[in-house]
Amino acid sequence: MNDIPLTHILFVSTALFFIGMYGLFTRRNMITMLMSIELMLNSVNINFVAFNKYLYPDQLNGIFFTIFIITIAAAEAAVAIAIIINFYRSHYSIDVEDSGEMKW
Amino acid sequence: MNYFSYIAFIPLPPLVSFVLLGLFGRKYLKHSSGIIGTIVLLTITVLSLLTAYHYFFVDGKVNGVYQSIIPLQYHWLQFSPGVSIDMGIVLDPISVMLLVVVSFISLMVHIFSLGYMKGEERFSTYYAFLSLFTFSMLGLVVSTNIFQIYIFWELVGISSYLLIGFYYDKPSAVDASKKAFIVTRFADLGFLIGILILAFHAETLDFHTLITTLRTAQSPQSISITTSSFLGVSMLTWGLTLVFIGGAGKSAMFPLHIWLPDAMEGPTPVSALIHAATMVVAGVYLVARLFPLYSYDVIALNIVAYTGALSALLAAVIACTQTDIKRVLAYSTMSQIGYMMFALGVSGHGGEHGLGYMASMFHLFTHAFFKSLLFLCAGAVIHVVHSNEMKDMGGLRKLMPLTHIAFLIACLAIAGIPPFAGFFSKEEILLAAYNSNKFIYAVGIFTSMLTAFYMFRLYFSIFHHKEPQVQIHHGEGSFSMKLPLLVLAACTAFAGFVPLSAFVTADGIPLKTHLDIAFSAVPVILSIVAILFAARLYRKQNDLPDRMATSLGGIYRSAYKKFYIDEIYLFITKKIIFNLVGKPAAWIDKNIVDGFMNLLAVITTKFSALIKGLQSGKVQNYTLYFFAGIAGLAVLFIYWWK
Repeated sequence: MNDIPLTHILFVSTALFFIGMYGLFTRRNMITMLMSIELMLNSVNINFVAFNKYLYPDQLNGIFFTIFIITIAAAEAAVAIAIIINFYRSHYSIDVEDSGEMKW
Repeated sequence: MNYFSYIAFIPLPPLVSFVLLGLFGRKYLKHSSGIIGTIVLLTITVLSLLTAYHYFFVDGKVNGVYQSIIPLQYHWLQFSPGVSIDMGIVLDPISVMLLVVVSFISLMVHIFSLGYMKGEERFSTYYAFLSLFTFSMLGLVVSTNIFQIYIFWELVGISSYLLIGFYYDKPSAVDASKKAFIVTRFADLGFLIGILILAFHAETLDFHTLITTLRTAQSPQSISITTSSFLGVSMLTWGLTLVFIGGAGKSAMFPLHIWLPDAMEGPTPVSALIHAATMVVAGVYLVARLFPLYSYDVIALNIVAYTGALSALLAAVIACTQTDIKRVLAYSTMSQIGYMMFALGVSGHGGEHGLGYMASMFHLFTHAFFKSLLFLCAGAVIHVVHSNEMKDMGGLRKLMPLTHIAFLIACLAIAGIPPFAGFFSKEEILLAAYNSNKFIYAVGIFTSMLTAFYMFRLYFSIFHHKEPQVQIHHGEGSFSMKLPLLVLAACTAFAGFVPLSAFVTADGIPLKTHLDIAFSAVPVILSIVAILFAARLYRKQNDLPDRMATSLGGIYRSAYKKFYIDEIYLFITKKIIFNLVGKPAAWIDKNIVDGFMNLLAVITTKFSALIKGLQSGKVQNYTLYFFAGIAGLAVLFIYWWK
């Protein structure tokens, strides 16, 4: 396991983060956008775990953070999906382009 | 002198009743408000009479001299060790006399109004205003401090404004109230500057200290005010003259009298109270209050004397030509106030020379009775005839016997026929004038003749002249309207026998007066001649008055037009002040002040239009800004944050 250097893992997580970001910007479907956000969160999780493992192997701080993030991401997904369902009920659409009313 | 501490409660009940009636009157006390106001006034009238009794007969005199007693004094605003605005109560002969006069006349008016204003929509508001007025006038007369008097002075002005404009749905009443307020306010500016000048030099606002320091010839304050001068006139003269301008505004002296005739738009009992008996004498009172200073300064005193004489004469001439009965009475008020003023103006301070001061106060006292009586009678007449014009009246003596008798007594009193009240006070005034200034004496005696003429012109036109043109449906008026007439008629008949000279003098030492038959004969005979002349002209309908008016031509016309003084004012304000000051000021306001504000608004609108596109409502745009911000911060932290 130690054969894999830290930089490789960081490459993976960075790639994952920007894939998520790309998805967030380009997708119009709210569910897909939510999934993209989850991707970005998970890339961060990977970073936390990797740094914890490679830099401070005798501590567990990074792991704790990861667990927190996963928990909160679950709650956030629930809230987001609730919003999306409500939006669908009023607009019969989950396209983000249709939700442009909250402006000046 | 804790004995007098209850006097503090004299001005307060009217204030309480004002607040009570003003707040709850229209809803909850609609029918009882008149009674409440009248009972309050009755209480304070009794208290005032008690005070007067104690002051004049029990406690006031020490070694034969009436002292000025200050039973109550609060420090209110302290500016520097010497200068403070205090609220207090002073008792001296004039303030005690005026307490009685104000509360008594106000009580009569309250009672009269119970009948006169009955059924009025804003009945309780009316009583609230009357209470406010009584409160401010009582506060004014007991002031210990020149600034306290100024505060109450303005309160009197505002209550007068409210009462003149009581019928606010009548445009003429609204105009009249505005006119009264603006003219007196303008005069009060002079008063304020006068106060500041006097207070600046005397380093105090307290009346007593002010007078004593400025009268002490060697005191630094006195030297400072007499030696510093402006335009060649000493500051003392300036200060006193400016204070007198304030007094002249309130007392309707020429040329600030223009508001008084118009003020007759208010309800008639109000005219009796404010514009005849109490408020308009505030100016006389002010001069009397500062009289020790005026007597010290010849120029200011002469200004007072000549203004008074001119106003007396001018008003009497105008009164001979007016046809609105209330206006005739208004000009006669102005003329009588002129008498009081020039009596002060010819007076000296102390001893025999103080006759004018005493005469002025005496005339104030008697005038309050007969003038309020005249106005209340006029009110009763108007109540029946529903018109102010003389031509709608005539022959009312059979219909209104009580009013007729009361009016006749008041006319005899104002004409100076013995033994009615006006005779005594007018004699003293003329004597004082004779002793010091023959010219003013001549004006006084001529005016006295004119007074007799126009009053009896009024009397004959209302009660004789022709057969009555109205039928009386509801009698002469209710009991509440008759009672004050009876009481005031009795006062008018007998007030002259009050030995006021024993009580009210400039230095507090009683003065011995005596009637000189030979001296009194001249004005009395002249008045009788004038009355007979008026009887010849107006007792029966004839064409003599019209022929006389035509033969007098221009003089009659200009007197009828009140010597065009209103027109002169209008010309000055509309043509000169509006064009030279008002219009440029309006231009600056419209273009520069408003322009600057509009510019700010335009800039803000433009800028917001520029940036409001950022808030598009598109979630992904927001995310883009967010990430751009993060990226920017990241760059900042990595490369510049060393």
